[in-house]
Amino acid sequence: MKIIVPIKMVPDLVEELEIDESGKKLDTSFLRFIINEADDHAIEEAVILKEKYGGEVTVIAPDIGEVDDVLYAAAAKGVDKLIKIIGDFEELNSHLYASILTEIIKNMQYDLILTGCEAITDIDGQTGIFLATNLVLPYIGLVSKFDKKNGYFYVSKEFPGGVYGEYKVELPAVLGVMTAERPPRYVPVAKIRAAMKSAQIEEIDAPEIEVETGIEIERMYMPEVGKGAEIIEGEPEEVAKKIAELLQNKGIL
Amino acid sequence: MKIFVFPEIYQGEIKEISFEILGLAREVKEKIGADLYVLLVGKGVKEFASQFGLADKVLVLDNEKLEGISPFVYQNVLFQILKERQPDLVLFGHTSVGMDIGGFIALKLNLPMVAFCKNIKVENGNLVTTSLIYGGKILADAKVIDNKAICLVLPGSYSAEKGKEEGIKEIEELSLPEIEEKIRFEKFIVPEVEDVDITKEDIIVAVGRGIQSQENLELAEELANLLGGALAASRPVVDQGWLPLTRVVGRSGKTVKPKLYFSLGISGAPEHVEGMKDASLIIAINTDPSAPIFQIAHYGVVGDILDIVPALVEEIKARK
Repeated sequence: MKIIVPIKMVPDLVEELEIDESGKKLDTSFLRFIINEADDHAIEEAVILKEKYGGEVTVIAPDIGEVDDVLYAAAAKGVDKLIKIIGDFEELNSHLYASILTEIIKNMQYDLILTGCEAITDIDGQTGIFLATNLVLPYIGLVSKFDKKNGYFYVSKEFPGGVYGEYKVELPAVLGVMTAERPPRYVPVAKIRAAMKSAQIEEIDAPEIEVETGIEIERMYMPEVGKGAEIIEGEPEEVAKKIAELLQNKGIL
Repeated sequence: MKIFVFPEIYQGEIKEISFEILGLAREVKEKIGADLYVLLVGKGVKEFASQFGLADKVLVLDNEKLEGISPFVYQNVLFQILKERQPDLVLFGHTSVGMDIGGFIALKLNLPMVAFCKNIKVENGNLVTTSLIYGGKILADAKVIDNKAICLVLPGSYSAEKGKEEGIKEIEELSLPEIEEKIRFEKFIVPEVEDVDITKEDIIVAVGRGIQSQENLELAEELANLLGGALAASRPVVDQGWLPLTRVVGRSGKTVKPKLYFSLGISGAPEHVEGMKDASLIIAINTDPSAPIFQIAHYGVVGDILDIVPALVEEIKARK
């Protein structure tokens, strides 16, 4: 099976987010960018499928932040080919990213394209479904179980309440991965270092295309803090006391 | 202006998100002036038509081939229906169903798309959408070009009650166009007998990423036991294989409304919050003071659950 996994780099939410002077976007100067979580699952699933059915996995990523580390980590997990898209990606929305990927992927060979089902930055929609629409391929998202039976590919899609829908998918197709069959594997630093020596990152210039999302962000802001929780302060023991009192007052204890 | 709403009906019931987006659509309609259409597409959907009394017109396509909401089939069926009717605004849920259709329709009809949508306002005759992005940490107001958009609305953003009105103003039945089945629905798999049904619990202690390891779950479990409640989790904990999927609260799990929801080390991303925001009392502990969970919690503690929970367990034991 030939599998392509296009990934997104997104701000690490552990860091404090700040809006820049324009008031319309994040101040990215001090942000750390990490792989989008669902994309990490997509890589894991691709490697699992390769281990089961043989084949080759290619990961494609835009040149944002510490993307090289992400790509080498992927190689250490068992990904065969690494592609980095070079370009000015300060604002890489899903429409533009999907169009860039379309240009790159349309000349490649593949049975499956796995993307994370969504990213925290996806205000204009999800990359996977756009890519599938551009490439005229079937798309199904929020999938988390994968199986090949009698020459057909089966996936389970998640619905609310722990319900799964099972679907038979004609390949090639684009799948929006919710979770891999197993949690993304841990790669020791030594293995990543080894991958940095042995793996090659192929660099491709982003094709020059302009894509309109049709939406114009007027304002970004933090949700109202005043509306939030009453904060209980103090050392753990004091906090514990206050919570216990609170629970007693509410008749829960 | 023409507004279309796509309700979600499967496994024989209308999902709440259907009424939430219909109520929101009605509000937009009243502010801007529009015709409101409901797209009732699926197997056995016709009998539900009278539930959508707010619609000026209900378009019904009831066919047994439409069972199980195959994305490929629905994408194409809805595209066929919509392209002839030139929609301005189409509302889907930001759900497993809506996310598999919205983007296709947006590109095929060349309409802007807005995901993670919390609200749609009308300002000086312009539609302005509000989205909750970056895991619930940032709100973004956006203007949509030409007042047209496909919106994926986050569940729980709008009152479902405001979307409920019985009656039928006008109904039109449509027939199924010829469509390949590149993705075919096989069956629904409903979880079997569960260990604990968290939707029936009065007290829930829910753990998130902040629990750090499987061993630490014991801590949360002890607290749950002391309070006479059950242990639940946000999705990442279950993805680690530490708890079964039946314990997940949120988009891919359950919607719960307990008397007490103890949130331990959960950041509060929208897909989790939609499943617990209506709990009567929410107490959240998280190390990140800007965690979105503190916006909906009634009481918050900025700190490490591994310090606070043991102290709380001791305190409760001492009081018992």
